[in-house]
Amino acid sequence: MTLKQGLSLSLAATVIALVSACGKQEPPPLPKAEAPKPAEQIVTVKIGHVAPLTGGIAHLGKDNENGARLAIEEANARGVTLGGTKVKFDIVPEDDQADPKVGTTVAQKLVDAKVAGVVGHLNSGTSIPASSIYSQAGIPMISGSATNPKFTEQGFKGVFRVVGRDDQQGPAVANYLASQSKPKVVAVLDDATAYGEGLANEVEKTLKAAGIKVLPREKGTDKTIDWKAVLTKIKGKKPDAIFYGGMDATGGPLLKQGRELGIKAVFSFGDGACTDKMSELAGQAADGLICSQAGIPVQAASKRFLDGYKAKFNIDPILYAPFTYDAANLLIAAMVKANSAEPAKYLPELTKIGFEGASGRIEFDEKGDRKDAEMTIFTMKGGKITPIAIIKSGKTMSVEDYMKMAGAAPAPAAPVAATEAPKAPEKK
Amino acid sequence: MDIFLQQLINGLTAGSVYAVVALGYTMVYGIIQLINFAHGEVVMIGAMVAFSVIMALAGAQPGLPPVVIVLAGVAAAVPVCMAVGYLLERLAYRPLRHAPRLAPLITAIGMSIVLQHLALLIWSRDPIAFPQIIPLQVFEIGGAAITGVQIAIMLVSVVMMAGLSAMIYRTRLGAAMRATAENPHVASLMGVDIDRVIAVTFLIGAALAAVAGVMVGTYYGIAHYTMGATLGLKAFSAAVLGGIGNMAGAMLGGLLLGVVEALGAGYVGELTDLCHASFLSDALVERCARDGHLILFGSNYQDVFAFLVLILVLVFRPSGLLGERVADRA
Amino acid sequence: MRRVRGFLHTRTGLWIGVALIALALLALPFALAAVGTAWVRITNLAILFVFLSLGLNIVVGYAGLLDLGYIAFYAVGAYAYALLASPHFGLHLPFWLILPIGAVIACIFGVLLGAPTLKLRGDYLAIVTLGFGEMIRIFLNNLSRPFNVTNGPQGIALIDPFRLGPVDFSRNETILGLDISGPIKYYYLLLAVLLAVIVINLRLQDSRIGRAWQAIREDEVAARAVGINTMHMKLLAFAMGASFGGIAGGMFAAIQGFISPESFVLVESIMVVSMVVLGGMGNIGGVILGAVLLSFVPEILRYTVDPLQQALFRRQVIAPEVIRMLLFGFALVLMMRFRPAGLWPSRVRKREMAEQE
Repeated sequence: MTLKQGLSLSLAATVIALVSACGKQEPPPLPKAEAPKPAEQIVTVKIGHVAPLTGGIAHLGKDNENGARLAIEEANARGVTLGGTKVKFDIVPEDDQADPKVGTTVAQKLVDAKVAGVVGHLNSGTSIPASSIYSQAGIPMISGSATNPKFTEQGFKGVFRVVGRDDQQGPAVANYLASQSKPKVVAVLDDATAYGEGLANEVEKTLKAAGIKVLPREKGTDKTIDWKAVLTKIKGKKPDAIFYGGMDATGGPLLKQGRELGIKAVFSFGDGACTDKMSELAGQAADGLICSQAGIPVQAASKRFLDGYKAKFNIDPILYAPFTYDAANLLIAAMVKANSAEPAKYLPELTKIGFEGASGRIEFDEKGDRKDAEMTIFTMKGGKITPIAIIKSGKTMSVEDYMKMAGAAPAPAAPVAATEAPKAPEKK
Repeated sequence: MDIFLQQLINGLTAGSVYAVVALGYTMVYGIIQLINFAHGEVVMIGAMVAFSVIMALAGAQPGLPPVVIVLAGVAAAVPVCMAVGYLLERLAYRPLRHAPRLAPLITAIGMSIVLQHLALLIWSRDPIAFPQIIPLQVFEIGGAAITGVQIAIMLVSVVMMAGLSAMIYRTRLGAAMRATAENPHVASLMGVDIDRVIAVTFLIGAALAAVAGVMVGTYYGIAHYTMGATLGLKAFSAAVLGGIGNMAGAMLGGLLLGVVEALGAGYVGELTDLCHASFLSDALVERCARDGHLILFGSNYQDVFAFLVLILVLVFRPSGLLGERVADRA
Repeated sequence: MRRVRGFLHTRTGLWIGVALIALALLALPFALAAVGTAWVRITNLAILFVFLSLGLNIVVGYAGLLDLGYIAFYAVGAYAYALLASPHFGLHLPFWLILPIGAVIACIFGVLLGAPTLKLRGDYLAIVTLGFGEMIRIFLNNLSRPFNVTNGPQGIALIDPFRLGPVDFSRNETILGLDISGPIKYYYLLLAVLLAVIVINLRLQDSRIGRAWQAIREDEVAARAVGINTMHMKLLAFAMGASFGGIAGGMFAAIQGFISPESFVLVESIMVVSMVVLGGMGNIGGVILGAVLLSFVPEILRYTVDPLQQALFRRQVIAPEVIRMLLFGFALVLMMRFRPAGLWPSRVRKREMAEQE
């Protein structure tokens, strides 16, 4: 068959497909032109993913996208049938450049593309304005990383997150710090972003409530790598512990310079700086830091997820990939339960779902926040972050105790099991 | 006192880096009155190239002394950056030498975007951690801590500035550069090859940028493809503060900016604590009793202090601290 | 071709031309909505950037003062709107009241910036305005403590949309069988305001004020010598440019429903300057062209780069967002390389260029 013939043939196929699609008023199983056998109709269901893929935190954006992509490709490999037809999921990745203005444009683009659901956005700053567009279009969105409490408190339907809120994570790490290190004076710093400041505010609130003196807030920016001036000022006030709300790219230099100045205080961080990168950036100085992650963290995420990610992308997940992986899986699981990819039909299932994800068990409360999200406390040991405690329902327990409890729980039915979780980090 | 000294050391280290980058801006400006907005990206490329070399050497030859590894990084970064600098001049600026003054500004922005995203393709989106090969050495001076790397940065900056001054005031090339800055038309009548002088200026600026990139990388231990923008902005401010087009001004401006930032972040917060004036109202007394402080302008305004000093200097000396000629080609 | 031109110069011809353009502009959102509502949104943002460019054109194009911190006025306008029409302070004033307030506040900021910097020239002015823009953003980002004014980096959410009687601009509705989405309603509103802004600019250009600015731009000393109060005129340029920015900011806040300081970063200022320079400083048509081009090119690339790559190589060789940025960068360089005075320069500028050759 020559190229020309092939072209005209496929053209004809397209025309026929279009005509037949127009003829029937009920279009659901729209046959694709490439699939001539009507017996094996495959419907494509689009799932949007939005994160910054250019700019300062592009690496985290790609990590998020990889998580969602993995979930979608696993589902396709598994084969999912909705309403009697085979379904193929397609990820529609978009770059919002961490810019709220671009965030709304991209959201509208996904609505136009008739995606069935959205995983994202990464930043709270883009998730909040985009949420009103998705909710008007009735499309559910699940963010794997927007931690600002405001995100789910606008009263929009179909807005979810699988990551813990700042006001869940902040108290967790602050309480751990207060009970374990027993500091008298704590310095709290942040990077003046919505994420960093929000988290630092919650930490400060909790510390003060515990009767600990908190020094006046010091701030850098999300690009600050020279912290010497601020640290020198703090050093003069002799704090016992330091908390920084910000990402690893700024937190690493902070830690390194703190040790260079001879500050002996315990350094603690939120999930943005709870990565192995910290020891790469700060070297020996990173050992002994305390940090928290919402949910069951990357290293403690289910082994199946970790292995799958590594095999597919040939790198380790960085931060929120388990959450976006879960978010995509949640959308798919809800569609399976409702036996439909139509947002109006599967949204009710999503709100009452119970799901064992790579980051632990997921249920949503009435706002769309994750119910009783676990928090994990880590420390840095020999260049790897290692979990030392898990906080659930306000109770702090050691990792071993949590393992026993999780092991006793009934085996999960969902594709991903959380029980193997804590083995991963020890394996290195 | 030891805290003040420490802040001074902090400021001078950062300021040394600003000064070296600012020299690149000011040299180009002095010769062709053009703000090379893509200069920050050249610094970034320098840091990235050096990182690749240092990473490879530290992995392959762990026995090598750190100084040798870092020098090898510099040796690789300098020619690459010079090539980038030359290309910038050739592609983005030379064709526009007689265009309206703002046209090269746009090409510079375009080249910045291109260089950043090429770096993204080569070195990934991740912030890159420099291998921690230099053992931490901390010296005590009057209760303040100074690391070996900080001393090295200050020394290298001083040596480079001295070398540059010598080159400009003692060599034929330097004379040609000064002549071109004074009046390119007359200089060309005197037999100066203007194109060559301008190209050499870009090359020297790029070489300085390469060294600055390595300094930033080893001092802060991190590099990222977007790092050039912030650094470039600071250094450009420093150059203007000192009087753009003036070499000594760029050095002074850089050091001053570094010190102002450090002292601003270190002291202004306490000076603007409303609790010093809590007698003004009962509400203030109450809040001060609860929080212990009511700071108006803390370290979060660090950049504001720097810009405020810049604006104040320019309001009283409209052509910068050491600048003489007023750029009047609007 | 010449006949067409001749026809356009007759009175009826002109009116027919205008009517055709008007009709096209009126029909545009529906055509765009057929492709995707995202394009209506992109168009709305493009119109906002046209406002900004026209405002900056007064400062840079007419008066010749390089302002690299223009986005600050946009920010001031946006925050003025957000603070007066959101649950943050519990205030919900109507938009026709806040927009003028925003314009006035932005105007005051324009004078605040202008007054101390009048003596500065050229690049010194550029860096001071740049610093001013950054300072405004840093203040907005930090005025959450010790007293919460702007809510800091958390931004202000649930900002009221424009409401006129029963019409809520953010809702979709069906009128006479036509699907009118929120963005389409905003489009018409923006179009109406845009028309007014263009008329003001056209009148300004040929007024005494416009000519005084032009004189200052060409030769400040000579302008003073012929009796132009250069200080007043420069301040007026800053003030007028700033109020346009303030109005645009207010509309941005209403359309977005959420604003935070990260929308008002330095890159945005540089984008607006690029629009003005690229289109053709001092020429209203050119400036509009520049703003429209720079708003649409990245979005068009967003839609085309990946399919094109897939067609050429059958796989993703380079991430599409990186190609998009690379192409955008090269486009800026090439456009300036071949049209250094802008794509559509003003006649005066063209003459200047010719003289220089």
